[in-house]
Parts: sequence; C-alpha cells; structure tokens
Amino acid sequence: MIRCENLSKHYGRLQAVQGISFQVQPGEVLGFLGPNGAGKTTTMRMLAGFVTPSGGSASINGHDVVEDPLAAKAQLGYLPEGAPSYAEMTVRQFLNFIADLRGLTGARRRERLEAVIGRLQLGGVLQQSIETLSKGFRRRVALAQAILHDPPVLILDEPTDGLDPNQKHEVRTLIGTMARDKIIVISTHVLEEVDALCTRAIIIAGGRIVADDTPAALAARSPTHSLEEVFRSITT
Amino acid sequence: MHNINIVMRRELASYFATPLAYVFILIFLVLANACTFYFGGLYERGQADLDPFFSFLPWLYLFLIPAIAMRLWAEERHSGTIELLLTQPLRLSQAVLGKFLAAWLFTALALALTFPLWLTINYLGHPDNGAILAAYLGSLLLAGGFLAVGSCMSALTRSQVVAFILAVSVCFLFMLSGFPLVLDVFRGWAPQGVVDAVASLSFLGHFSAIVKGVIDLRDLLYFAMLIGLFLLATTVTLDLHKAD
Repeated sequence: MIRCENLSKHYGRLQAVQGISFQVQPGEVLGFLGPNGAGKTTTMRMLAGFVTPSGGSASINGHDVVEDPLAAKAQLGYLPEGAPSYAEMTVRQFLNFIADLRGLTGARRRERLEAVIGRLQLGGVLQQSIETLSKGFRRRVALAQAILHDPPVLILDEPTDGLDPNQKHEVRTLIGTMARDKIIVISTHVLEEVDALCTRAIIIAGGRIVADDTPAALAARSPTHSLEEVFRSITT
Repeated sequence: MHNINIVMRRELASYFATPLAYVFILIFLVLANACTFYFGGLYERGQADLDPFFSFLPWLYLFLIPAIAMRLWAEERHSGTIELLLTQPLRLSQAVLGKFLAAWLFTALALALTFPLWLTINYLGHPDNGAILAAYLGSLLLAGGFLAVGSCMSALTRSQVVAFILAVSVCFLFMLSGFPLVLDVFRGWAPQGVVDAVASLSFLGHFSAIVKGVIDLRDLLYFAMLIGLFLLATTVTLDLHKAD
C-alpha cells in the first residue's frame, strides 16, 4: 500500500506540494492528472525517495520513504520524468547494471531480463548504445528498468510520452496486465489514457488535490460526460 | 561494498565507451613526457632520478584531473540520470564513493602508463627505486585529493564547464596555500597559528615530502582526511541539491 499523509514540499518560498494525503491499494491503477507545474512530478519524486519532503510522511508497503529509504526503494519500480538513461551504454549493459543494483542473480535474473526484453520488444537493439536509439525505444528501455525486478509498486511519470500510437497501445496493455496484483501510479496528460487504464484519478492543481474519484464518476460531473471538460473546469 | 563496486564498474566502463579515456591518457602521457624531457631536462641533468617528472606532475594534474572530475556529478544532474541512480536501492554515499573510486582507478592507470620513464632511468643509471615508488604513491594520493575536490565542485553545478573552473581554482588554492601568494592574505590580520594551519594545508608541501622518499604518517593522513572530507562534502551537497 502507498500511504501519503499531509505530504508537502517547498523550495524556498515556492510551495510545490501543499499537504497531499491519499492511499493506494493493490489492484488500483491511480492516474495523476493536473496542469504542468501542479506538483505531480514533485509528489512522485517524494514517493520514489528522490526529493526529501518538507513536511508530512509517505510510506511504500509500510516502509517510510525518509526513515527507511532502501527498503521503500526495494518495493518500487520508478520511471523518472523524461525517462533518463545512460546514453553511452548499450541496452544490454544498462539492463545488466540495473539488475546488479536490484540484486538479481542466477536463474531469476535471466528469467526477468528475458521477460522485460520480450515484453518491451528490445531484443533487436540489445547491442546498440542508448544514444543511437529513437525516442520510443529510449522510453521503453527506461520502462524496462522500472519493471525489471517485478516490483509490487510502480510509479511511472508520463510512461507513454513520446511514443507513437502503436507503442502507446503496447505500453497501456503492459500496464493493464500488471495491474491485477500491483499498485500502479502513473501521471499523464492524455485524458483518454485515464479512461482506458486507471481505476482511479487524482487531479492536482497548485500543489493540492482538487479531485479524487473514479474516471467515470469524474466524467459524470460534466453534462456531456467529458473528462476533458471536467479537468478544465476544475484546474482553471 | 557490493553497490560501490557496481557503480564503480559502470563509471569506469563509461570512460572507455567514449573517446574520453583515450584522449585523456594520450594527452597526459605526451605532456608528462614533454615536461620531463624538455622543461625538466632529464638527460641534461645527468642524475639518475625522476625528479623532473614528479616536480611537473602536480601542475599537469591541476588541469587534467579537474577535466576527469568535472563530469562525475554535473553530467548526471544535467542528463537527469541522477534521478535514476538515486532511486535504486543504494545509499548516496555508496554512489559518491563508487564514482570517485572509478575516477581514481582511471588516473592510477594513466599514472602507471608512465612506466617507460622508470624503465628509461633504470637503463641509464642506478636510481633509488624505493624513492621512486614513494613518489608514485604520493602522486596517486595527490590525484585522489584533486579528484575529491573536483567531485565536490561537480556536485555543486549542472554545468561541467563551471565544475571544471571551480575545481581548478580550489585545487590551485590548495596547491599554493604554503606560498606567500596565499599566506600574505592571512598574514596581515590572522594569528600565526592560523597562518601555519593554512600553510600546512598545502598539497605541494605534503606531496614534496613524500616525493623525497620519506613516507610520513602525517602526510598520508593529510591526504586521507582531505579525500574523506571532500567526499563527505560531495554527499551533503548532493543530498541538499540533487533535485534542483
């Protein structure tokens, strides 16, 4: 379970996140929505242990992200915004590096590497250095990194950004198949994705939660049942 | 220990995946030999030792080591890979140490490749090989000190150029802290104890003591503490500013 209580972050005088509280249970796919600069990425970074909260607390499956960061991180697969990876490494070197850090060995390691390489169709580019890959491939490599150790909790910051429609579909299917027994949090600007993928949506604006409901219930707030209209009316 | 090793191996491999390693080693060897033979007059001196090499080495390091160190953290921050690295289950101190050790091993390799100088001097005469070994050890420690400073400067900024300039400046001050240029700034107002303390921080003072062939525990401790202190500063800086 992900549990956030009154989580906040300020940079100097700028209040990036102001007291966010929510819980996510296994089986839920939570969509984080909100305009740019609303605090989505900062919240995800705090959950992933990259940004230290200014106030409040967060825990991943019972492990506090500040008190016990290594245990929290071990539960977690994280795709950072912009899907960074080491450009000069080949895909295989990169995945091996992550497998090392995740402590994967022996048969389990081979099995997991094979699984993500097959799942994200990276077989053809294993020997290529990451800098020579297209944007879509780079994102898939970064996604492979996040799911390599088959974590119970996934936090994905804009997982389908920069993918073509086919690749988007493929990644959504992937997230859908993993959803059953995992906790998944994704942020996105694509509202149809929320409809197709998420069991729950949280809309953040100005560092606060302004809506927390199922996508269907959110859409029902507008007369035309359009999530986009609801999004605009709440966040502007 | 295991995580440090993983980070170190990745970092070291990345040097050789780009032209960086080869360019650095080539330039280092060319300049080191040029300094030794032309400016140092290794042949003309008629003495069987490597003093010309070891007296120019600190000045060579002053510019070349920051060039290695500048990318340590500035590049990770610029490309965003720092977020990827630090959300893996490893401690920040392990990452700092792993990357530092990779850079140090690399400079050790470059230093080891100056071995033809040692062969040459042994062919020409009968040098004190114990003293030469001590001087190599001193050089390695000096490189470690420069790298630790460079690592800290690299953690301060996203720009590798800024990191380079900061590292050269700070290293330059540390090199010269035993010289009037730096000491005169303190002499006017500070008590003698402070002036002596600043003087004792000098890279060159401790380095030349070791190069003379005298391995004093205090000189070793100086470099060990300097490296430890700047790596600690790197860790603290990164912890505070990694996400900026």
